[in-house]
Amino acid sequence: MYARIFGFAAVAACLAMPASAAVALSDAAGSYTISPASSSIHFSIGKVGGGGLDGTFSRFKGSIRIDNSDVGRSQVNFTIFPESVDTGQSRIDAFLRSDAVFDAANSPEIQFRSTSVNRTGDTTALVTGRLTARGKTFPEEFTAELDGLKAGTIKFHVTGKVLRSRYGMDVGTPIYSNIVDFDMTLTGKRG
Amino acid sequence: MPTSITNSTSRYGWAAIVLHWLIAAIFIGQFALGFVMVRLTSQRTAFELIQLHKSFGFLLLGLIILRIAWRLGNAVPTLPRSVGPFERRAAPLAHLALYAFQIALPLSGWALVSVSMLEIPSMPFNLFVMPNLPLGESDAAESFWAAAHWYLAYAGIALVTLHVAAALRHHFWLRDSVLRRMITPSSDRDME
Repeated sequence: MYARIFGFAAVAACLAMPASAAVALSDAAGSYTISPASSSIHFSIGKVGGGGLDGTFSRFKGSIRIDNSDVGRSQVNFTIFPESVDTGQSRIDAFLRSDAVFDAANSPEIQFRSTSVNRTGDTTALVTGRLTARGKTFPEEFTAELDGLKAGTIKFHVTGKVLRSRYGMDVGTPIYSNIVDFDMTLTGKRG
Repeated sequence: MPTSITNSTSRYGWAAIVLHWLIAAIFIGQFALGFVMVRLTSQRTAFELIQLHKSFGFLLLGLIILRIAWRLGNAVPTLPRSVGPFERRAAPLAHLALYAFQIALPLSGWALVSVSMLEIPSMPFNLFVMPNLPLGESDAAESFWAAAHWYLAYAGIALVTLHVAAALRHHFWLRDSVLRRMITPSSDRDME
């Protein structure tokens, strides 16, 4: 996600125009609050025989801080409220909220705290961090792609795979895959 | 007959006996499992037991198809002479009804999972994917098949109770070989 900023810096360095790099970096640097209204967290779990279980979380919060001097030291934190899970089928939602899966009553938050950000391409980066759900914490990786940057708004497309069994959510395997595919659009507003 | 796998006109063979008791155990087990799995507070255990119930349901369907084929291709032992004219007419009807329920119950369960809006695949004993029956999914169809499966289960277990009572009556009251001959193939002493 910070890659484009890196990209700006790299291009600027090649052209010996450090001034514009500084402008680009300072354009993006800063703290952003994830705006749920213009963001989405979608997940999908494949199932045997084809198809899958798709859903979204409608309530979440988070912040993105892009470091002015060292993009690698940038931070991404977000919290998902699993109570807000929505698959379009109320019985499945109730099942997911129950202690069969999220146990939302006792574990109301799923948290991600980034530990490092590494550039992987012009506009892509690998965000490594610690995901905590149902009291269990494991390192996870997400791929972030910068999707837009203008007027105090920064937008990322974030994807990643999480093994649900590690978080005590292995119910339904192998009928339902152990792999949860996340597809998120996170829009941050400066401030 | 050296090996008593097949039936004769005076006794059941091992194949019919094993199929009978295997299906009996699974059928009664399925009723108990079905009763419990819809009353649990743990959604996780409920989910797992429902999948187990589906697995045994498909196994039951396979076994009953085998059993009917075996029955059609084998001799049917005649009833002991002591059996009266009413029972001589009633028993085949009761047995026909038992076969009908053994087929209808797993099929109605299969229909239920096929039309369910939950779209949970069937994977008997996690071995392979059992396709759904070609029926349209809808809440209405799901309610219909859930009710059908429920009524068939209770009517089926009532019929099984009648069947068990009749067998016990033969054994303890009438003291004939009707129950014994379903336990081993050798009990043909008071046959014709």
